[in-house]
Amino acid sequence: MTTSNTSAVDYNFDVVRQFTVMTVIWGIVGTLVGVLIAAQLIWPALNFDTPWLTYSRLRPLHTNAVIFAFGTSALFATSYYVVQRTCQTRLFGGKLAAFTFWGWQAVIVAAAISLPLGYTSTKEYAELEWPIDILIAVVWVSYAIVFFGTLVKRKTSHIYVANWFFGGFIVTVAVLHIGNSMVIPVSAMKSYSLYSGAIDAMMQWWYGHNAVGFLLTAGFLGMMYYFVPKQAERPVYSYRLSIVHFWALISLYIWAGPHHLHYTALPDWAQSVGMVMSIVLFLPSWGGMINGIMTLSGAWHKLRSDPILRFLIVSLSFYGMSTFEGPMMAIKSVNALSHYTDWTVGHVHSGALGWVAMVSIGAMYHLIPILFNQGRMYSMRLINIHFWLHTAGIVLYIVAMWISGVMQGLMWRAVNSDGTLTYSFVESLTASYPFYFIRFIGGVLVVTGFLLMAYNMFKTIGAKDNSLKPLEVA
Amino acid sequence: MSSFWNIWVWVLTLGSLVGCFLLLRMCLKNFAGVKEGESMGHTFDGIEELNNPLPKWWSTFFLLTIVWAFGYIALYGLGNWTGLLGWKSSNQGILNLAESKAKTLEYLDKDSGVLVQYDREVAAADAKFGPIFEAYAARSIEDLATDGEALKVGQRLFIQNCSQCHGSDAHGTTGFPNLTDKDWLYGGTPAVIKETIMNGRIASGMMAWEGALGGDQGVKEVAAYVISLSGRSVDPELAKAGKAKFALCAACHGPDGQGSLALGMPMGAPNLTDNTWLYGGSKRAIEESIRNGRAGVMPPWKDILGEEKVHLISAYVYSLSQD
Repeated sequence: MTTSNTSAVDYNFDVVRQFTVMTVIWGIVGTLVGVLIAAQLIWPALNFDTPWLTYSRLRPLHTNAVIFAFGTSALFATSYYVVQRTCQTRLFGGKLAAFTFWGWQAVIVAAAISLPLGYTSTKEYAELEWPIDILIAVVWVSYAIVFFGTLVKRKTSHIYVANWFFGGFIVTVAVLHIGNSMVIPVSAMKSYSLYSGAIDAMMQWWYGHNAVGFLLTAGFLGMMYYFVPKQAERPVYSYRLSIVHFWALISLYIWAGPHHLHYTALPDWAQSVGMVMSIVLFLPSWGGMINGIMTLSGAWHKLRSDPILRFLIVSLSFYGMSTFEGPMMAIKSVNALSHYTDWTVGHVHSGALGWVAMVSIGAMYHLIPILFNQGRMYSMRLINIHFWLHTAGIVLYIVAMWISGVMQGLMWRAVNSDGTLTYSFVESLTASYPFYFIRFIGGVLVVTGFLLMAYNMFKTIGAKDNSLKPLEVA
Repeated sequence: MSSFWNIWVWVLTLGSLVGCFLLLRMCLKNFAGVKEGESMGHTFDGIEELNNPLPKWWSTFFLLTIVWAFGYIALYGLGNWTGLLGWKSSNQGILNLAESKAKTLEYLDKDSGVLVQYDREVAAADAKFGPIFEAYAARSIEDLATDGEALKVGQRLFIQNCSQCHGSDAHGTTGFPNLTDKDWLYGGTPAVIKETIMNGRIASGMMAWEGALGGDQGVKEVAAYVISLSGRSVDPELAKAGKAKFALCAACHGPDGQGSLALGMPMGAPNLTDNTWLYGGSKRAIEESIRNGRAGVMPPWKDILGEEKVHLISAYVYSLSQD
């Protein structure tokens, strides 16, 4: 085996650049739609009496934009970058890689048009209708060919841990998407699920929870395993920990779906297994956080001066918090309080804004200068401001949803001395308004941060090659 | 579940947990071929990996959750086996009310070996709150309608069960009657109100009349006549033609449009002369009602709430239209 010099490999960075720029743009779009629907919950008139702008149509647009436009573009960008760098070989597939970019953007545009028009399969995070589902499947299989093709022709003897996670996420998302999207089409934009009743619900949450587990967790752990040690310039803490937590994580996550269906028509044993596996999953999830944060051993001082590293490490803290909260909420008796309340919404956002967005933002700030031949981002100060805006936004968001969620759960179960319910539903809604407002403010801060990021990115791209020199760290 | 799927579930579930245990045991030992704390010796784009041991608290805690998982499954069951506790969240797979009631009785017996959480909770609530409603049920609806405390309980039940259609203030909305006026479809006496809530009502059917009335023109004529009944001004020619056709409507609404209740008939056909409109009083809404018909449904509540609670809600609803 020859050791090839990194700079000697002719990497395909075109597709990485494309996905990187779109990650930032879709980040703005996705969070902006989120802020709009958050505002609609306070001021319903903001749907302007237009069906295309109603909450019910924009909410799936928001989730699809954040998960599949922003998050998945970030995963495409980083996985294509990382797999080339850690395999020391050019991306396999050439034009096929370009197709994954244009194909994926076509999926996003199709979603942005069809969802506001009211076309939906009604499955959460899988709302897109069957023609778009087919395009997703084609693009995803192409993605797998490009990624695994690159692994096959690698110049290194081992496969780096980041690629285990990327590979696991790519394979599983293909299986989940194709499995859950099995439908009988009745017209060009209407179909019915192949599954019925409780089985359909179980398929949906097998898909839904593993969209979280594989796309939003395993995929982003792959990102973390490259960018944290790279940005910190430290070795990964424990190879053995990465083995045990990788295999345990992917084998346990796939079981966790039923915890979305506690106290429903799903058979009791399936609910029990969903809860048990969710709890056993807790420590394997934390394995990733420990490995990431302990990688910083001996380099903690870098957090003071490097806002990019701060994004990455704080993302791991939110990851640890969400993956503790998740198993707790999967316990049946806790779920009886938390389910259907804003607590779930808060939990999702501590994962999405705290973990997914922060690790992606950190990775993008690391990547952009490298991809566009610069020594650093245009403004480190703006990154720092972005960090604080984003962090403050998340904290406002999560705390507001915790309070309103627990309050709703308690109000719904409160009974009078005669056994009748103390509150009607609408009273719990009225009580939630102040927290909806705090959430809205949190969202505005997050969007503002993304706008700064876009400005910073375009300034970096627009600067003359190599004109931005790395700052000397004191 | 067939035995094939039962075995499938058992093998995969226990296999995953045992697999996690074996994986943990493997990684607790240093199999990496280098000393603990040292680099694994391969680098990827400059990244090294250290061979640090698993944190002790982490592996211990992981092991404990695996042990706990076996314990939980033993207590709560897996696949076709209901577990040592015989616990069920509810009687799943029940197909009708009679079967449900029979199963509830069977499993509430402590010796059945089955613990149905939902039924236990309902039984406990009934034991605790039952006497309150029993006492109310022993009194007449007229009596309860003057008892402030009873009305408060009735109102709470109303808000939780009835307000979704009739509104929190019971003023109703399009298609759902206002319960606070004296305008009744089936009658406003305590006994009839209770009957309506207990067994529900299915409107005997305002059918679609467009065909029978000879098309759009016929609909417009009858609508004009109907509007004229409550004293609103209409095109007299149209109304005159409509009056001739109204005989068809009179079968339910009565010859003068005064509604079925005034005639002592049970079909719930509204009074058309009082300017109260269940489905809207605009010309367009009335034409729509005549053209395509209407079908209102009040669901029966006796099996959901039980007679005692219905009795109390009846008192509350009755009180709303009393001066």
